Amino acid sequence: MRILLDEVTKTFGDVVANDHISLTINPGEIHCILGENGAGKSTLMNIIYGLHQPDAGRILVDDEPVVFESPRAAMERGIGMVHQHFMLIPVFTVAENVMLGDEPKTSARLLDYAAARRHVVAVSERFGFQLDPDALVSELPVGVQQRVEIVKALARDAQVLIFDEPTAVLTPQETDELIAILRQLSAEGKAIVFISHKLREVRAIADRISVIRHGRVVGEAPLGSTESELAAMMVGRSVSLTITKSPPRRDWRSSTVVSGLTVVGSDGAVAVDDISIAFRGGEITAIAGVEGNGQTEFVEALVGLRPVSSGSVTVDGAEVAGKAVKDILAAGVGFVPEDRKANGIIGSFTIEHNLVLDRLSGGPFTSGIAMHRAAIRENGEAAIAEFDIRAPGPTALAGTLSGGNQQKIVLARELARPLALFIASQPTRGLDVGSIEFVHARIVAERDAGAAVVIVSTELDEVYNLADRIVVMYRGEIVGVVPPETPRDVIGLMMAGIPAAEAVGSAR
Amino acid sequence: MTTRTTAGRLGRWADALLRAFTDRSVVVTVLAVVLAMALGTVLMVLTDADAMASLAYVFGRPGDFFAAAGQTIGSAYAAMFTGAVVDPTAPDAAGFFRPLTETLAWATPLAIAGLGLSISFRAGLFNVGAQGQIIMAAVASSMVGFMLHLPPGIHLVLTLLAGVAAGAIWGGIVGLLKAKTGAHEVILTIMFNQIAYLVLAYLLTLPAFQRPGTNAPMSPALDASASLGPLFGAGTRTTAGIVVAIGMTVLVWWTFQRSTIGFQLAAVGSNPFAARTAGMRPAVVWTMGMALSGAVIGLAGSIHLAGDEHFLKLGIAGSIGSDAIMVALLGRSHPVGVLVGALFFGALRAGGVNMQAYTGLSIDIVLVIQALIVLFLCAPALITKIFGLRRSERRAITPLQKVELSR
Repeated sequence: MRILLDEVTKTFGDVVANDHISLTINPGEIHCILGENGAGKSTLMNIIYGLHQPDAGRILVDDEPVVFESPRAAMERGIGMVHQHFMLIPVFTVAENVMLGDEPKTSARLLDYAAARRHVVAVSERFGFQLDPDALVSELPVGVQQRVEIVKALARDAQVLIFDEPTAVLTPQETDELIAILRQLSAEGKAIVFISHKLREVRAIADRISVIRHGRVVGEAPLGSTESELAAMMVGRSVSLTITKSPPRRDWRSSTVVSGLTVVGSDGAVAVDDISIAFRGGEITAIAGVEGNGQTEFVEALVGLRPVSSGSVTVDGAEVAGKAVKDILAAGVGFVPEDRKANGIIGSFTIEHNLVLDRLSGGPFTSGIAMHRAAIRENGEAAIAEFDIRAPGPTALAGTLSGGNQQKIVLARELARPLALFIASQPTRGLDVGSIEFVHARIVAERDAGAAVVIVSTELDEVYNLADRIVVMYRGEIVGVVPPETPRDVIGLMMAGIPAAEAVGSAR
Repeated sequence: MTTRTTAGRLGRWADALLRAFTDRSVVVTVLAVVLAMALGTVLMVLTDADAMASLAYVFGRPGDFFAAAGQTIGSAYAAMFTGAVVDPTAPDAAGFFRPLTETLAWATPLAIAGLGLSISFRAGLFNVGAQGQIIMAAVASSMVGFMLHLPPGIHLVLTLLAGVAAGAIWGGIVGLLKAKTGAHEVILTIMFNQIAYLVLAYLLTLPAFQRPGTNAPMSPALDASASLGPLFGAGTRTTAGIVVAIGMTVLVWWTFQRSTIGFQLAAVGSNPFAARTAGMRPAVVWTMGMALSGAVIGLAGSIHLAGDEHFLKLGIAGSIGSDAIMVALLGRSHPVGVLVGALFFGALRAGGVNMQAYTGLSIDIVLVIQALIVLFLCAPALITKIFGLRRSERRAITPLQKVELSR
């Protein structure tokens, strides 16, 4: 089945998300759509999948114009989508999830579980997956859950499969397995659309690469393109993918010592299990790991956002475990939360007000309960200039800015104070390449200013780019602390819980 | 130089004014009022006997119906005007302005209580407990007002402060319970309204609160030294309370716009997670917000008692509690908006009384208009659809919608 997009245009308000986009999706081909966050990739796929209707332009399936008014209509024409965030019901079994929305019925109009189970087994065997139809989805690893999504699409006889950033939640090994599955699907004649901004994966998998920038197709990239060529095409200028930094200074002038830290997660289970580690000034420690292995809880506990069950944390010798956030920040800790929209900024507040959220007492911005508007305005203007925040002015609402500019607000606020410990969780998630470069440079600058820097990232590229040493976390524990020269496949195995020594052995 | 700064300031004010009136929410508010008044007008015609009688033969002689309807509408609005603004037929200046003083009298407790509510709304808390906070404030104030006998001045101040403290405690408990247990403030305040009413009913059965010589549940009157007298002479009901209301408007505005307290209330109200990450304590801010809200609402209750009712009775709070919610919503929780909203509701009420007296139309029409205004405010999509306004991209969630969402 071949899909042709002909001059598809979609606008939201004043924003042109898709600007006369024309693409061909061929059977038996893995077509990568490469573009930065906000380039319009997701909008385009949502149009193909029937979640949005184009304002102009046509979609042709096998040369026949179609209008998909809903995802159901798209599914009926053989288009399936595997979303970045899985659309599975955790308390249902694999078979129940696969049948949902298209349930087989017995002659008595009852749900035919046996047929659903047989169907799952048949489809997964045909494509060489192993899936237990009776397993509860909530008990499956993320990589397997993704296969359930794929089977769900295949069970509806999808000829075109759209994958929206499918590797964001996978370990490197799981990513390899996914790539193998995709190859097999395309060998079977399925058309695969693979949306990503990760250059490495795109290079590894693509039969065809279309690059989208600012809602337009800027062209097809030749298959042999290097990563920096792809990046340049995606961003529209040449970019440096690696940051140049001096060797770490590593001193004990600013240090944070964590010993025996245990933290309970929101679900009541132990999320951080007896972790002991020290962070030295002038060094960037990157915490790698698949999302959900306790990294979030670990840093939240360091900042005081999550209660500490046991253990101690000292910042420059002062015990901070169990203290209030305000006191921990005052002890010289800066924090960039992973979800900046939810936890970093207040969207309905102005930029200048977001910059003083944590500066309400004792600083130049207040005396007693009175706020100094002139000082706050000046601070806002200075931060906008220093951090290159693209905004109409300090009174623009933070919620109206792009993710990169919002992140710069958070950075500007957290880096405004002298810090002993600077923690940044997923500092560049969802940012454009230009902002990524800027954020990385500021993080290195903070290290060079003497702070101990802790980065939590699920992106291995980022970990390698920044780290002076790498800590790998798995199920709430530290699997190992390794130097940044450690090969990618070793880190990958460690992310699956295999100790460093063993991982080096099996990676060889 | 001086003229230039003055001109500059005027220019800024003009800009601000212009912004206020082109602001979509202000437009929606005005349109909601217009639409509610229009429907109220229809209701006036429908409930008027003459107009309805002529409606029976409207196709035979449409002129009769329209004349009758026009007559009804005209006299109703004339009566509302002369009841709420000025009375041109009055023999003297005092009579001429008396309707205005009625409006101010009705508006006083509404404005102060509405301001109090706007404090909790700002913190993202939908406080529907004004009724209970007013009752508890009135109880505390009455105790100081008729049980203690103090010199003038001090007595009044203590009477009012007792109410402020009672309101703060009654509201603060709700904030504390929400902060500590996560209980929803709407449920809590509804329950606290009930408790307050039952406490009041119980107290009024006690000898200490019983007015001597009557079995009716009413307390002795406040001492004169604990009462607010009429500001514009005998026969009018406006007290110095209106001055307090204006002062509170300025104070609340300053708190919202210029103080760290207002900043924290708004931060926690807009995004408690980001506020917490920045080191604020939502639990403390919620408790403080509810206490401040209750304190100001308590002041409204005390002023209502000391200036209008002068003694404790079961119906001491009237419908101020619920009317103040409407006023705060109408004013979009902006202090100046709340003051304007209270004056408008006060005028509707004062005019409605007059309309009922002179035209025989029920004052309930005014209550319906008030309710319709709030209904339209809570369904902004309806207004934008009816008047064909462009939908805005991001809509702020009003506290009331938040209640809907959390159900």
